[in-house]
Amino acid sequence: MAAAAEALTDVPGPMVPAPWTVRSKRRDTADTWTLELEPAAGGAISFEPGQFTMLSAFGTGEVPISISGDPGSASGPLVHTVRAVGLATQAICDADVGDRLSVRGPFGRPWPTAELAGRDVLVVAGGIGLAPLRPAILSLLAGRERHGRLALLYGGREPEQLLYPSELQGWPELGIDVAVTVDSAGPEWLGHVGVVTRLVARAEIDPARTSALLCGPEVMMRFTVAALTRAGVAAQDIHVSMERNMQCGIGHCGHCQLGPSLVCRDGPVYRWSELEPWLAIREL
Amino acid sequence: MRSLEDLIADAPTFRGLAPDQIALIAGCGANERFEAGAALQREGEPADRFFLIREGAVALQIQAPGRGEIVIETLQPGEVVGFSWLFEPHRWQFDARANEPTRVIAFDGACLRGKCEADHELGYELMRRFAWALTERLQATRLQLLDVYGHGRRG
Repeated sequence: MAAAAEALTDVPGPMVPAPWTVRSKRRDTADTWTLELEPAAGGAISFEPGQFTMLSAFGTGEVPISISGDPGSASGPLVHTVRAVGLATQAICDADVGDRLSVRGPFGRPWPTAELAGRDVLVVAGGIGLAPLRPAILSLLAGRERHGRLALLYGGREPEQLLYPSELQGWPELGIDVAVTVDSAGPEWLGHVGVVTRLVARAEIDPARTSALLCGPEVMMRFTVAALTRAGVAAQDIHVSMERNMQCGIGHCGHCQLGPSLVCRDGPVYRWSELEPWLAIREL
Repeated sequence: MRSLEDLIADAPTFRGLAPDQIALIAGCGANERFEAGAALQREGEPADRFFLIREGAVALQIQAPGRGEIVIETLQPGEVVGFSWLFEPHRWQFDARANEPTRVIAFDGACLRGKCEADHELGYELMRRFAWALTERLQATRLQLLDVYGHGRRG
């Protein structure tokens, strides 16, 4: 009995934050940083593409941040790409190399990577939505021979706000077609200008073979789903990553309720067929 | 070498039209080529033509005082450049510039309007198709106006 009690206290529960040290830091855009973290107590963390952690600079509150690192790198750092949009995220972005952050998790339902074997996969990202999709892309590329055609359609606000520009250039050589568009640009930008849904309309999609992974602002995802539906892709083959007010991360507090589900526990990745009836209700 | 009729029949805007209708449309078209940076049209000029992109890319842009040239949209092969030929006063509302060497079919707007007047069935089909293309662009523009990436997700 005493041994059992001791074991329980040895294993911190999912509500107990662990200290992690900022190993490196890179500025991606004017307001977005990528941080590599390592556990202060040593060891590593394993996660699946699409999962998130509850991240905090001590004293400023926790926020759910998707993991943007390589899931195949078991001993690698925990990687987060964070956009400073409020007090908590600004404090995380302000952390310097050597500073400590608190981490809980990983949490949530991941992208269904196993289900994608043998399929064409269309990845559609908007803005910082590329960060939660990066682990899925790296996973797809690591098992490239298991899939049909791979394509990434990425939309951003302006050219200078696009994430991971060197990877966007290098990924096609690894076997994924990449099309990038921005909402606004000057004449020096010779890439696409226009919303990402226009890229969907231009993509050559075989709807029966295609699964789609979407992450970005909710409005952008709704329009993208409409374009995919017009192209004939079935609702159960469209997977979206949702964002709600996630606080506990384990489905206890109820803040992130969306219809009958809790986004932190039952999501953040959903099939569109699961989500569609609930997103039609404005109050949700 | 593919005929003008074949190229037009393959474009999404004209796909499914009857061969005689395609032939009527092709009668108003001619192949043309623009070097990278060349202007297909300029704001304010008479809109007596429109273009179907065969290869390359075309940027629609507008001059804004104090901000210079702003690119509004980039158009790709299979897409139509220009709707002002349809409606009075037939003046271009935007500049269009080739982003790279670009091959197009250039259509004589007055020629095609004349054929639509003479053959209302052709006119209805073309108007329906151009209305759809305009609706798609309008919906995309509305999404663009929302500036969805300016707010929201943390990462």
